[in-house]
Amino acid sequence: MLALNKVNLSFNTGTVNEVQALKDLGLLLEQGDFVVVIGGNGSGKSTMLNTVSGTYLPDNGKIVLDGKDITFMPEHVRAKYVGRVFQDPMRGTAPDMTIEENLALAHRRGEKRSFRRGIRAAERTQYRELLSRLDLGLEDRLNTRIGLLSGGQRQAITLLMATLQNPKVLLLDEHTAALDPKTAAKVLEISVHLIEESYLTTLMVTHNMADAIKYGNRLVLMREGEIIFEATGQQKASLTVPELVDKFISAGVEVLV
Amino acid sequence: MINIFAGAVGLGLIWGIVTLGIFISYRVLGMPDLSVEGSIVTGAAVATMLIISGAHPLLALLGATLAGAAAGTITGFLHTRLKIPALLSGILTMTALYSINIRIMDGRPNVPLLRTDTLLTPLVDLGLTRDYAIIVIALAAVILVVGALRWFLTTEFGSALRATGNNPHMSTAQGINTKTMKLVGLACANSLVGLAGGLLAQYQGFVDVQMGIGAIVIALASLIIGEVIFGRTTLLRSMIAVVLGAIVYRIIIAMVLEAGMAATDLRLFTAITVALALWLPSARDQIDIISRRIRHKAHTFGQSGDDSKQTGQTG
Ligand SMILES: Nc1ncnc2c1ncn2[C@@H]1O[C@H](COP(=O)(O)OP(=O)(O)OP(=O)(O)O)[C@@H](O)[C@H]1O
Ligand SMILES: [Mg+2]
Repeated sequence: MLALNKVNLSFNTGTVNEVQALKDLGLLLEQGDFVVVIGGNGSGKSTMLNTVSGTYLPDNGKIVLDGKDITFMPEHVRAKYVGRVFQDPMRGTAPDMTIEENLALAHRRGEKRSFRRGIRAAERTQYRELLSRLDLGLEDRLNTRIGLLSGGQRQAITLLMATLQNPKVLLLDEHTAALDPKTAAKVLEISVHLIEESYLTTLMVTHNMADAIKYGNRLVLMREGEIIFEATGQQKASLTVPELVDKFISAGVEVLV
Repeated sequence: MINIFAGAVGLGLIWGIVTLGIFISYRVLGMPDLSVEGSIVTGAAVATMLIISGAHPLLALLGATLAGAAAGTITGFLHTRLKIPALLSGILTMTALYSINIRIMDGRPNVPLLRTDTLLTPLVDLGLTRDYAIIVIALAAVILVVGALRWFLTTEFGSALRATGNNPHMSTAQGINTKTMKLVGLACANSLVGLAGGLLAQYQGFVDVQMGIGAIVIALASLIIGEVIFGRTTLLRSMIAVVLGAIVYRIIIAMVLEAGMAATDLRLFTAITVALALWLPSARDQIDIISRRIRHKAHTFGQSGDDSKQTGQTG
């Protein structure tokens, strides 16, 4: 369970450029909730995810994960509970390290890194198996440098890395936005599969209205650092793209469809 | 000539260890660490003073290594905890070390290591020249260091260190404390530089507070020469390559000196070599663009010639 309680966050406080990116933001995710986050540019979606991951620390408010107050827990410590895939495919993997080395790094997320071998033989079998399920032909390329892969392949591997240790919460921030439509659909399909398989609590940001309706059991619409509309379960499932666009427009958000 | 060659190889092996230090800070962590100019002297000073006070030469090397690690820790602290840019952190440590080094050397800028047993003594007693003796000792040290690094960098911890240099965002997201990694990496790099300083003092028979000047550029030159000539496909290969690069660099220096270059021009020569080597990757692109521009111009010129002919016909 993830709870954001009256979270406020401002950038450039005390200057003319001051922005209040999050305003008394409240959100409660039950175990297994798959929440799609939509909203215009600058509405605070990424900032919200970044306060959950600990990249930004809030001015005030509280973030609780499974009963534990993580508001000021350092980012790298929190990483134990948080799986992340960024918008930029370059961000999620170490380009000069091999596929198996990257997976092995993720496999040890939240564990003490000792002076044992960086990868054990048994892991390779597991990685090969996981990669073959991606159906991207990567299972025979364990020793390929990640930097040689395409953006889509890198995002798929980042997804594996984010979910390898069953995170308590998975954060996907427009993680298919940099990919071509076909690859984006494929990566999204992989994401949904991984989420449903392990019943992962997920926050997924997207600008694609059709995806926002199709996936997840909840949807939230953000504007100026606040959640201004929310749909759950049946209500969400019956939403249509035009309805959602209307919500946007009535919220004063400009949209291009 | 053969004597010059032997001297160059011995010195190259010692500087190969410095270059391995730079390999860790510059290549693995992606940080330009200038503190080496000070920590190499610290290593030399600690080793010299320990030997003079009667310590075993091997113990002196251990002391030099630890002193280097301490110097690297200071740079790491300034950079990761006080958030001072890496380059500046190194300069601050280097500057501070100048004073500290003279303190270690009992207030003198130069301490000789004469008539005392060093690591070279037993080998010299066996009939080897000093140049050959240091080759044996430095080679053993290089093999140990490369082996240890190869092991260390492929452990769980070492992988995390490499990831930190390669992609800090990803590393943090995977639960790696990148600050700690940078600190440990810098300590590690400078421990090697300290060790090399300790060897250098025993080989040269003195420590001089100025002996570190230019060390970073020499090590960079060695690193780049090694990578260009011997390749960097795997970790082990890269490490062997940079050591060989240091030897090649020393041989080049020995040859240009032999050819009559003034010793005082060496730094200029080295700086130009490094500048050219650093330019190399972008030089290819630049030359490519220039040649495309020339071809484009030639092409457009040809076309405009046709155009004028056409207008001539219609007119
Ligand atoms: N690091 C930062 N420094 C200063 N201001 C920031 C920073 N990050 C975000 N902001 C500001 O906070 C507000 C919210 O930004 P955020 O990135 O969360 O929006 P978003 O909803 O993710 O938008 P997009 O759809 O464009 O990704 C914006 O006004 C933005 O300019
Ligand atoms: Mg965003």
